[in-house]
Amino acid sequence: MKVLIIGAGIVGAACARSLARRGATVTVIDRGAPAGATSAAGEGNLLVSDKAPGAELDLARYSLGLWASLRTELAAETNGAFASFEYQPKGGVVAASGEAAAAALSRFAEAQRRAGVDARPLSVQEARALEPELAASITSAVHYPEDAQVQPAIATEALLASARAAGARVLAHTTLTGPLRDGAGRLVGVTTSNGPLEADAVLVAAGPWSGEVARTLGATLAVGPRKGLLLVTARMPQRIWHKVYDTSYVGAVQSDERDLATSTVVESTASGTVLIGSSRQDVGFDGTIDVAVLAEIARKAIALMPFLAEATVIRAYGGFRPFSRDHLPVIGADPDLDGLWYATGHEGAGIGLAPGTAELLAAAMLGEPTAMSLDPFAPGRPSLREVA
Amino acid sequence: MSEVVIIGAGPAGLAAALSASAFGARVVVLDAADDVGGQYWRHLPPERPSNHESLLHHGWATFQRMREALAADPNCTVVSSAHVWAIDRGAVHVLVGEADGSDRESRVYRPDALVLATGAFDRTLPVPGWDLPGVFTAGGAQALAKGERVAVGERVVVAGAGPFLLAVAASVVATGASVVGVYEASRATRLVRHWAARPWELAATPAKARELVGYAAVLVRHRIAYVAGHAVTAIEGRDRVESVTVSALDGSWRPIKGSERQLEADAVCLGHGFTPRLELAIAAGCRLSDRRFVEVDAEQRTSVASVFAAGEITGIGGVDLALAEGAIAGHVAAGGGIVDPALRVEVARRRVLRRFARRLARAHVIGENWATWLSDETIVCRCEDVSVADLAAARSATRSSGLRSLKLVSRAGLGPCQGRVCGRTVEALLSARAPEGRLGGASTDRRPIAMPIRLGELARDHEIEAGIPVKGQG
Amino acid sequence: MVARPVPPATDPIEPAASTPITILVNGERRAGVLGQTVAGIMLAADTLTWRTSPVGGRPRGAFCGIGVCFDCLVVVNGQRDVRACQRRARDGDVVEFEGPSQSEGE
Ligand SMILES: Cc1cc2nc3c(=O)[nH]c(=O)nc-3n(C[C@H](O)[C@H](O)[C@H](O)COP(=O)(O)OP(=O)(O)OC[C@H]3O[C@@H](n4cnc5c(N)ncnc54)[C@H](O)[C@@H]3O)c2cc1C
Ligand SMILES: Cc1cc2nc3c(=O)[nH]c(=O)nc-3n(C[C@H](O)[C@H](O)[C@H](O)COP(=O)(O)OP(=O)(O)OC[C@H]3O[C@@H](n4cnc5c(N)ncnc54)[C@H](O)[C@@H]3O)c2cc1C
Ligand code: FES
Repeated sequence: MKVLIIGAGIVGAACARSLARRGATVTVIDRGAPAGATSAAGEGNLLVSDKAPGAELDLARYSLGLWASLRTELAAETNGAFASFEYQPKGGVVAASGEAAAAALSRFAEAQRRAGVDARPLSVQEARALEPELAASITSAVHYPEDAQVQPAIATEALLASARAAGARVLAHTTLTGPLRDGAGRLVGVTTSNGPLEADAVLVAAGPWSGEVARTLGATLAVGPRKGLLLVTARMPQRIWHKVYDTSYVGAVQSDERDLATSTVVESTASGTVLIGSSRQDVGFDGTIDVAVLAEIARKAIALMPFLAEATVIRAYGGFRPFSRDHLPVIGADPDLDGLWYATGHEGAGIGLAPGTAELLAAAMLGEPTAMSLDPFAPGRPSLREVA
Repeated sequence: MSEVVIIGAGPAGLAAALSASAFGARVVVLDAADDVGGQYWRHLPPERPSNHESLLHHGWATFQRMREALAADPNCTVVSSAHVWAIDRGAVHVLVGEADGSDRESRVYRPDALVLATGAFDRTLPVPGWDLPGVFTAGGAQALAKGERVAVGERVVVAGAGPFLLAVAASVVATGASVVGVYEASRATRLVRHWAARPWELAATPAKARELVGYAAVLVRHRIAYVAGHAVTAIEGRDRVESVTVSALDGSWRPIKGSERQLEADAVCLGHGFTPRLELAIAAGCRLSDRRFVEVDAEQRTSVASVFAAGEITGIGGVDLALAEGAIAGHVAAGGGIVDPALRVEVARRRVLRRFARRLARAHVIGENWATWLSDETIVCRCEDVSVADLAAARSATRSSGLRSLKLVSRAGLGPCQGRVCGRTVEALLSARAPEGRLGGASTDRRPIAMPIRLGELARDHEIEAGIPVKGQG
Repeated sequence: MVARPVPPATDPIEPAASTPITILVNGERRAGVLGQTVAGIMLAADTLTWRTSPVGGRPRGAFCGIGVCFDCLVVVNGQRDVRACQRRARDGDVVEFEGPSQSEGE
């Protein structure tokens, strides 16, 4: 089977690997260089902590298991070229301040526990034993030992290198321009800036541009951009030991039509810098680095860990999360256009969910049994199709 | 009265301020340094007065005149120690206070017109051993000589490319150190071809010519060898510079085998030209030229409405060109026009000086085979210790032609200097190996945070409200 | 002594009187004058190295002298990441070298 993948981000890279290792003939195209878009513009958190019970949590747990084995597999498959992609199973600590937040967090964690997540309630003292720099205002916390992190750009390149070793071809600087159809109207490949490419299946893994790409191919997909910004500090002696989050994401902050939200994630990286995230804005593909947004991120990070006020910020960066209307990834075949597939819409979790997505997609495409049901992620599901 | 904000108080910024004010604007000049003057007129602080500081400078009288005029001008405010760290949709975000402090005052300017005059800094090509203590950028050694009265060494080698090396040698000599030699990578034939072509152009720029002749006289007086077609191709020492290897170069800057000579030295000043400080211009949205300077029209307007640029960020041309461009930019930013009689002299000077600058650029252009003097172990990114071999490994493991990914995989350019020192070199080394010599994805010039800022200072910058529901943490 | 101050007595610019100050560098007293930067005081005493690079542990000090290269970072009065070449020294400043930053590895 010949598969053409559009997009060499982490999702396209993971799919290329899973398909190629199953014997498919894989070509990946990207209009830029691989790992040059969203997958190099975020953090690499592999989280269960932020997910409520449901299909996304199931996919996250499945993926986390795969990430743990990828650590050694990718090193072997790339002949040691990617001995490390900074995989760190360091666990996460979610800290609540105030009674309402503590109660919401405790309910959230309880539900997760019932779904099998290792979510350990902590007293303030226990929390401080894990993270001594937590603010005095903290009233409770939950420890999620399963949370992990990777360096997403290296991980993407490692997956791609492995795919290449399994026979996949990667064509950079090759932009999709339209569909190739046979006499019966079936999709039999794509046209690109570098000529036509035939394929039995075309997989859209174009991140936040997936909606545009689907349209170019004559299909409809409700996936678009949701902007996010992050801060990076100078290297510093380690004072943060887990991924540390506030509870902004727990329980819905009421939707009041304004266009900015931030929720705090603080983590130190293998190189000694600290990443501080992040914001969410629905502003299309406007890449401006907004000072007001950075300031808000800074304020919340300091509220969580006051010592960070002295940290030196050396860079701000950001990208566009591939956002689907109902917040669930889109994995599977287009309901209308034969030969067209999707693996996209992972929003703020695409790094974490990539390996699971790839395994499920590859199995489904090649007619093999899948490790979990793909129904919740079906591109034809009503919650995705209905007009907002 | 329109308000004009000028970033940079070097020659270009000072000239812009005076001419904007002369046209009737209210002017604010911002500079990170704690006094005006920029790189060219870098001087001792007021706490260290002296009788003849002018001996260390060219055009000192001009500078004094400008400085006094500015101080006396009720429509001009100079804010020193003003670190411009971001430009966001026309708003200029500044921290006022000591360098890398933590409690600086945060200010935001929203001027009617903005003049960018942020200048340039040394472009330094890596050489094996260039990260040893005792190696300085050429401009750095000069800045220490002028601004600190420190001699960087006893036996000093000056090497690289460009007439600026002469100025550096003169400054180093004036600290009492001895200059072992000045090694200019471009070969004499090339220098003569471009320098001696159209000599009337040189004659039309008397100040520059006088300055160069002055430096040459210093070299002669101190019996300092000026050797063209040669480069420092290695620097040796245990914990600090002990010697250098000087090699003859061919026309492409490839060292000629067998020509190596080892010289004893305890300090090395390296400079291979200048890199413009583009981060604020990029943050403001200004288009860059193919040669990676800020693109300006005849009125010094950038591609962004109401944003002007002058001085070295628009092209390397020296102090007189910076002054002319600054005067034009300030005048137009304040609402004047290029045809106004007030600008006639400046416009004519700019024309002549630009031609002269192009000539210099051609004479000292970096040779395409300079990288052949690197070894695998040579550090390219000093902040993150990324070597030539590390870059090659990142490139071969990923086969990538994407700068963003290569930076993230190798860590080159991710340290505190944010690629200011290594960026252009990393791009050159990687694109030489990229298919079609193309590097996609990013530029090493983009630095949305133009100066480091403490998180606590950033938190105090603004008030905003919260909004849409958050789902997940990624 | 290799790197050194230009001796005021023979300096052609004829420096006028300056105000002596003392700073503590890793607990050691260093003499300077008001108006010098921290890097200026270090170099005047032929101290070329005050930092090690984070990965290779290579010696680093001042390189660009104008605030661009960030090779010269020091801790001043407890505050990290201060460019020694940009910070004017004040009498009694406590300067420490930046310790090795973390490397968690995997
Ligand atoms: C600030 C921020 C923080 C984040 N933090 C996390 C986190 O901690 N954990 C986590 O799991 N996720 C996180 N994410 C989300 C994660 O980065 C994304 O979900 C993931 O990278 C998406 O990968 P992708 O392969 O789908 O898209 P991308 O990486 O964007 O790849 C898509 C590719 O398609 C290419 N393409 C587009 N159009 C065309 C065309 N017409 N022709 C050819 N090629 C085309 C693009 O060039 C691009 O390379 C974060 C995102 C942001 C923005
Ligand atoms: C160290 C050094 C020494 C030099 N010496 C000579 C010499 O002797 N002879 C010669 O012909 N040329 C010299 N040059 C070249 C010199 O750049 C020009 O001749 C001249 O100074 C250019 O003037 P300018 O106004 O364009 O920029 P500059 O003089 O560089 O002035 C730019 C100003 O902008 C300020 N600035 C930049 N970014 C920010 C920010 N984000 N926030 C606040 N302020 C900012 C800087 O502090 C600086 O004062 C030197 C260059 C350097 C780097
Ligand atoms: S010496 Fe380069 S920043 Fe201080």
